[in-house]
Amino acid sequence: MRLTAVAYGLLALFALGVPLLGIYPVFMMQLLCLAMFACAYNLLLGFGRMLSFGHAAFFGAAAYATGWLVTAHAWGPGAAIVAGVVVAGLLGLAVGALAIRRQGIYFAMITLALAQLVYFVCLEAPFTGGENGLQGVPRGKLLGFLPLKSDVVLYYVVLAAFVAVFLFIRRVVHSPFGQVLKAIRDNEPRAISLGYEINRYKLLAFVLSATLAGFAGSLKALVFGFVTLSDVQQSTSGEVILMTLLGGTGTFFGPVVGAAVVATLQQYLSDLVGGWVIAIIGVVFVACVLSFRRGIVGELAAARWLRRAPPPR
Amino acid sequence: MTSVFGIPVAVILGQLMLGLVNGSFYAMLSLGLAVIFGLMGVVNFAHGAFYTLGAFAALLALQLFGINYWVALIVAPLAVGALGMAVERLLLRRVYGLDPLYGLLLTFGLALICEGSLNQVFGATGQSYPVPPALAGGFNLGFMFLPLYRAWVIAVSVVVCFSTWYVIERTRLGATLRAARENTPLLQSFGVNVPLLMAATFGGGVALAALAGVLASPIVLVNSYMGSSLVIVVFAVVVIGGMGSILGSIVGGLALGVIEGFTKVLYPEASNVVVFLIMALVLILRPAGLFGRD
Repeated sequence: MRLTAVAYGLLALFALGVPLLGIYPVFMMQLLCLAMFACAYNLLLGFGRMLSFGHAAFFGAAAYATGWLVTAHAWGPGAAIVAGVVVAGLLGLAVGALAIRRQGIYFAMITLALAQLVYFVCLEAPFTGGENGLQGVPRGKLLGFLPLKSDVVLYYVVLAAFVAVFLFIRRVVHSPFGQVLKAIRDNEPRAISLGYEINRYKLLAFVLSATLAGFAGSLKALVFGFVTLSDVQQSTSGEVILMTLLGGTGTFFGPVVGAAVVATLQQYLSDLVGGWVIAIIGVVFVACVLSFRRGIVGELAAARWLRRAPPPR
Repeated sequence: MTSVFGIPVAVILGQLMLGLVNGSFYAMLSLGLAVIFGLMGVVNFAHGAFYTLGAFAALLALQLFGINYWVALIVAPLAVGALGMAVERLLLRRVYGLDPLYGLLLTFGLALICEGSLNQVFGATGQSYPVPPALAGGFNLGFMFLPLYRAWVIAVSVVVCFSTWYVIERTRLGATLRAARENTPLLQSFGVNVPLLMAATFGGGVALAALAGVLASPIVLVNSYMGSSLVIVVFAVVVIGGMGSILGSIVGGLALGVIEGFTKVLYPEASNVVVFLIMALVLILRPAGLFGRD
């Protein structure tokens, strides 16, 4: 475990020093938003084994809510983020309540279809700007004094938010609630026979995941200063699945690694190969499913413990 | 001109027919999904991509080799079906026995590869496929104009769907297929080549999608994304009809197409979402789907 502590320490130093190292802070903020999104997603897929194909709906809805409130109603960034998170949570409650009525692949198809519904609402609603999206979203001042206009200040705010979410998810998974969730993941009939009302646990996990995904979306709206339809699109739902799967589902740090790899790939690969990025992402998907289902972090952990456990089924 | 609720009857009938055409595609696609899922337990996310491939195959066959519509109607599904069998043999086979979610993720990756490549090679703007001369024009029924090609699409779809239903539910081949779902080792011990049967089933389901793609090519723009939005609606249709049910996917597909058509007349803003709203309603009232049994 000492090795892990050292790794986390080095990573924390790196994260704090990013503005000094000359790394483009907007890219790092994008990465942190995606990592938060993936961590939120992992709470559902990794610890609840619920494959949602519609998480972009929560990410995008919160981004739209936050963007609209600061642009059209001059809300402060703090209140607008809270509002965005609440919107995502309520949407998560509605979608989750429907989706947990079925399991497995049906769950995936239902979340996909309901997210498409949200997409069409965002396309046609009067306040989302349709095809153009919301442009020129101001960052404002957090709590009335922190000028988020500065990339460095915003970077540390986003970093703090990410660390808070990361620790929160760890806490949730290690709580009695998280243990029951894992029990349901591993053996649902057994959890039922032990007397747990599994639907409550599943719904709470879904709402938590949707809420945190919304937090990531709200932050993203402020970081980039715009919200577009691609934030609610199916491709974004696919990306978050890929980040989680590639990094390692059910590991704490996997989604962060996955987000870093996917964001970097998209950033640098699109200069090299242009539109082929989508096809390449597809290849990575196939490779993940066929040859390393535990993901990068999961495979490393398995190799380190020399546990010859079979790959997850 | 007669009208109902202030909407001319001709407009209503016109939308009804457009709805039936869309419903024909929903039915053929969800039928293929149901057949593949029924036998192999795999939800084929790439179904929309195979539909797109069918349309592109017809278009390229015409542009490069001058192969006409009637030949393409046979050849394109066969070619795409063969590709599907190769995919099953090389990739899909490796995820049998795993959590079905991996099959969904694998085929999602395949859909991305397929659509991303098509988009890169042929561009995002659509191309159109000419309506074959024998099916051009239409009838004037007095109260409305019926384009011949659209009537043809509905007819082909109904014939294909019900023959598939007949083969699976009423013939010996269908009984073998259903037996493979029930008890694979037992069927193998009777000397049936189950792996071949699986490959053929996947190829068949995918060929149905490609046939729908060829049928659609003269009335929609052929582009790399024609299948990806359609497949989401088809998933909703499948949830509504009940995944295990062949009849549910046929009837559900046609009915939802018609309902979508009516919504276009009555409240156009909701026409994109009506299928998803119905799905939500069905989940509340009858979670197993209208024709589902579980």
